[in-house]
Amino acid sequence: MILRLTLAAALLGGTAALAQQTDLTLAIQLEPPHLDPTSAAAGAIDSVLYSNVFEGLTSFTETGAIVPGLAREWEISEDGLIYTFHLAQGVTFHDGTTFDAEDVKFSLDRARAEDSTNAQKALYTGITDVTVIDPTTVQLTLDAPNGNLLFNLAWGDAVIVAPESIEGIKQTPIGTGPFKFDEWRQGDSITLVQNADYWGEAPFLTKATFKFISDPTAAFAAMMAQDVDAFSGFPAPENLPQFEGDPRFAVIKGSSEGETILAMNNKQPPFDNPMVREALSHAIDRQAIIDGAMFGLGTPIGTHFAPHNPDYVDLTGLSVYDPDRARMLLVDAGYAEGFTTTLKLPPPSYARRGGEIIASQLRNVGIETEITNLEWAQWLEEVFRGKDFGLTIVSHTEPFDIGIYARPDYYFQYDNPEFQALMKLLNATTDPAARSDMLAEAQTIIAQDYVNGYLFQLAFPTVADARLEGLWPNQPTQANDLTKVRWTQ
Amino acid sequence: MLAYLTRRLTSLILSLIAASAVIFLVVEVAPGDPASYMLGINAQPETVAALRDELGLDQPKIQRYLSWVGGMLTGDFGLSYTYRTPVAEMIATRLWISLPLALYALTLAILLAFPAGLIAAATRGRAPDFGVMAFSQLGVAIPNFWFAMLLVLGFAITWRIFPSGGFPGWDNPLQAIRALTLPAVALALPQAAILARVLRSSLIDTLGEDYIRTARAKGLTRRQTLWRHGVRNALIPVLTIIGLQFSFLIAGGIIIEQVFYLPGLGRLIFQSISQRDLIVVESAVMLLVFAVILVNFLTDLAYALTDPRLRKG
Repeated sequence: MILRLTLAAALLGGTAALAQQTDLTLAIQLEPPHLDPTSAAAGAIDSVLYSNVFEGLTSFTETGAIVPGLAREWEISEDGLIYTFHLAQGVTFHDGTTFDAEDVKFSLDRARAEDSTNAQKALYTGITDVTVIDPTTVQLTLDAPNGNLLFNLAWGDAVIVAPESIEGIKQTPIGTGPFKFDEWRQGDSITLVQNADYWGEAPFLTKATFKFISDPTAAFAAMMAQDVDAFSGFPAPENLPQFEGDPRFAVIKGSSEGETILAMNNKQPPFDNPMVREALSHAIDRQAIIDGAMFGLGTPIGTHFAPHNPDYVDLTGLSVYDPDRARMLLVDAGYAEGFTTTLKLPPPSYARRGGEIIASQLRNVGIETEITNLEWAQWLEEVFRGKDFGLTIVSHTEPFDIGIYARPDYYFQYDNPEFQALMKLLNATTDPAARSDMLAEAQTIIAQDYVNGYLFQLAFPTVADARLEGLWPNQPTQANDLTKVRWTQ
Repeated sequence: MLAYLTRRLTSLILSLIAASAVIFLVVEVAPGDPASYMLGINAQPETVAALRDELGLDQPKIQRYLSWVGGMLTGDFGLSYTYRTPVAEMIATRLWISLPLALYALTLAILLAFPAGLIAAATRGRAPDFGVMAFSQLGVAIPNFWFAMLLVLGFAITWRIFPSGGFPGWDNPLQAIRALTLPAVALALPQAAILARVLRSSLIDTLGEDYIRTARAKGLTRRQTLWRHGVRNALIPVLTIIGLQFSFLIAGGIIIEQVFYLPGLGRLIFQSISQRDLIVVESAVMLLVFAVILVNFLTDLAYALTDPRLRKG
């Protein structure tokens, strides 16, 4: 009798294990325009494909650390100019062709070519030569030492693609990753299936469907009705408490690489006057913006750097909320009567909602703003390219992008030779301790120059079925790496 | 008849040419560049220039206009700037959702409106009439996206009878129809309300005609009169409205498509506008214009067939 019971229990257990769910429906807000991560800036492409379908020489982990990818190990020459990568063996692309050093050369040469349409081309132009030593060894020669090279190679823009499949890559992405591209229902979903021939550790999931739901209300409904298993980057922060109170769901409040700033046109009066910029920084109550526009989600920042980065320096003290001081600074700068400027807002809610709050905070110290709501394409044209703005709010979601402050022609037009020299030096430095010091200095310079109003680090909320585990909580790069995701019961 | 046909056809072609020019100009004048949109805020200016070159955006406008129109004449709508797939294919897949959805919604609207309109007209001034009028007033007044949210709340979240949105494709027709049901209901309600009101007033007008009195006088019951003489004659304005509603539903379902995240034509146009995928916007709008002009042309023909005076005029 006992034996029979045990047997029955074992059988039951067996069935339960068999019934274990291995497919996942994951919703994200934006649909990729096409499926080639190496020729567009759209983060949505990486959100679907990064580490799932495509792999680079190195890759980001969920904490933002750099780990070996297709390159299993590497040596760096004494002078920091030559990197020798030893590649993983027995790797094939999803179409069955072999991955070797030639593919690495092809991919990197393509990214840095004259007519390249790689959105991050600047990261790879320092590579002067890519040499194939043998099928599993490849050598990169740089024009100057570059402490960021391994980091840059981890970007989705540097994943390894094959010349055999490059023609159709925008529709049928062929990579080396643990998942194969299966189907794209345009406007609705993309389906990936497990790659049985994967060279690394096999993922738990056999099938993953990415659904695109842009409307916040629809996102709430889809999640509540459990039509999707998880929503990465949940667009309705006001609904999060409802999910937190529901045992069916888990809410993960992660962080993104998005430094949200009130950008000021440093070349346009009155913002060419550092005192005016300083005044603005004191006129802004960050917490009120986070509470009012983001429903409490977001970490205040005092410089253009991610707080979860080990090299972050908390400089919020330099721009504490102090309207009296702001008014005094305006008087000293010759704007006792205040002034009127433009505030141009792109579509995301952080900008639209945050803009209203900032406008009222600025009015409080005598600065009137004319708010214009723009679509992204208009924003890129008018503000980003045309530099026709006084103030704007935007979140810079690229990882580790403090380097934009060394580009005097960048839209906020900050031109400081001292900072530019420091960035050059930083790029050429590979010693971690020295880099750390330089990064601290760089953060301090732009904070003390009050280049922009530094508001908050954009949060990255995920709502998921409570039985799911292994989803990335943070977004060190825009990605939904599914290799560790599994159902727990 | 031939002269009439030639005149109508010439006017159709001229309208199409004018429409294509206007659409092209309006879309091209809008600020924003598809290449900068795609490459984002970290791209170097030279990279944007390389992409503009690849997409053929630097050719003179007139040349691009001519090649667009020329392509359409041969059925080639070109390649989408963002998706890099043939525009014709993209529009076709979206139509496969928008068209059935519009038909579904219209069918529901008709099924709702006809009995309601008939009852209201037959019981004019009495309780059932007031009931129908009150409900139709409500139907016209309620914004359909709000009604859609209510439907989702009830049927998708609470009772889980229908999915909250999305479209599984036509491989499984039953699932597809299930997915289109809530959107169709949301779209149908206001249309049904309008239709019921039009039918009611049209019927009431007809019922006042002499031939109705004649029919009653020769011994037909009220119901027989309503069916044989009333409805048939009251149908003409109703059919006109149905025609208008159908073309509205094909492109006008955009908000509903957004609420139910359906990959329909309306959302394609909306998305393409924000991504500055100009060629898709131009072609999709052109297609809609063509459909409307064609329907007008066919209506003109139908008029001419029924009314000989028009042929000579």
